[in-house]
Amino acid sequence: MKLPLPPLPAALQPKPKRPGESEHVKPVEQLKEAGIATVDWIDERTSLSQPTRWIMFRKIPKGTNWFYTLGSATLFAFLSQAVTGVFLAMYYDPSVTNAYESTRHITNDVFLGEFVRGMHKWGSTVMVILVCLHMARTFFFGAYKYPRELNWVIGVVLLILTFVMSFTGYLLPFDQRSYWATIVGVNINGTGPLAGPFLSDFLRGGAEFGSTTLSRFYSIHMLLIPGAIFALIGAHLYLVTKLGTTAPPWLKAEGSDGLREERV
Amino acid sequence: MADGRKEPKSKYTLDRGMPGAFEGETVTRRRFMTLTANGAGAVAVAAFALPALGFAAGSALFDRPPVHWEPVGAEDDFPDDTYLPRVLTVVAGIGQVGRTTIYVRARNDKTDTPPNPPGYDERFIAMSTRCMHLGCPVRYIDAAKRFVCPCHGGVYNFEGGVDGGPPVRPLDRFYTRVRNGQVEVGPRYSVNSEFRRFPSYRDPAQDLDGIGQYLYPGRFSTPKMD
Repeated sequence: MKLPLPPLPAALQPKPKRPGESEHVKPVEQLKEAGIATVDWIDERTSLSQPTRWIMFRKIPKGTNWFYTLGSATLFAFLSQAVTGVFLAMYYDPSVTNAYESTRHITNDVFLGEFVRGMHKWGSTVMVILVCLHMARTFFFGAYKYPRELNWVIGVVLLILTFVMSFTGYLLPFDQRSYWATIVGVNINGTGPLAGPFLSDFLRGGAEFGSTTLSRFYSIHMLLIPGAIFALIGAHLYLVTKLGTTAPPWLKAEGSDGLREERV
Repeated sequence: MADGRKEPKSKYTLDRGMPGAFEGETVTRRRFMTLTANGAGAVAVAAFALPALGFAAGSALFDRPPVHWEPVGAEDDFPDDTYLPRVLTVVAGIGQVGRTTIYVRARNDKTDTPPNPPGYDERFIAMSTRCMHLGCPVRYIDAAKRFVCPCHGGVYNFEGGVDGGPPVRPLDRFYTRVRNGQVEVGPRYSVNSEFRRFPSYRDPAQDLDGIGQYLYPGRFSTPKMD
């Protein structure tokens, strides 16, 4: 359908093409062409379009519903933690004498500091809740069964790593609550027979809660565990893409009546 | 072959007709190269991974802190029927975080059981405030002659033995000595329910009775007393 032209003066109206004149390319078209050319240039050298299509355009079973978004929700919670955490690290000082003061500085002085710290603090709780909901969805939908057992195992490791993040991050504001919660948490680690005493010493960086405990927790919280979580999320998503998602358990497979008849 | 099975290959490269094979050679050059390259990679990884691991865990597990004696008051200050609170520096150089409250009193040989073990002649008792449930700070309440923990209701009697609640063993103590009329407090030690001393002090929640003393071994970094 062609819309009628607005009542413009003749000088501003697009002129009709003269016979023999080459087609005039509009700037929008040019921009589109440039975009396509760039993507083509990259794709010719990397063949990235194939895996991208493999990841983005998958067949999903009938009955897929909102519960299936819990995994993505967890992923976005983690990304939010990663981004806010990186920027909190720009103002935070992990030394026993300055940690509390730098946290106070972030909360009270820095522009948007209270907001970003709040996102990180409450986001950690949101992430734990989402991880547990995602796990419950997988369990109640039977999505942990063959051939997805390995993905369940990876998910459990990610759950534990999320708890380690919560535990190590709790110390960082370095107020009374952080300090005593960490004392208690490390001592709970120490109750494991034989290895426990050495594990608690490793966490504290010695027999007493000292100057290295905080920097050690900081390093575990922002370098060691996030790296492991990133890698395992990659493996988790690869397996989801490779194996596909499951239909909800209340959906019957089509043609199952025919199979039953044949068995008689 | 007739029975459909392959004849097992000889382990000698010479028998398998490989060009340039040596007499008695069993490892092909391709295999040798593969093993060498992988082995070199493993050595390179170990060269940075093992020192890094040792760096992370070594000083935490093996560093022996120096024995440090801190005067807390004159001999006559401390009665034997109640505790006086004192502040002790446990980790030096980190300000308030490295300090802890302790409770000190004179030892009463009539009521304090058991007597000093051979080699010890302690006349003062310095009680740690670290609850033996999970490490919260206990408080001495003089009216009840007991130590009470605010977290989960652990209660200890006047000697530090468990009176109730979840703690698994009596309160830790600190070695004491008298120098120039001053009571000095040294390293921490743990006791089990019979008040046997464990110089390698254990973390809270680690039982020291029966099998517990073996399930929770002492640390390598126990302060050397001599």
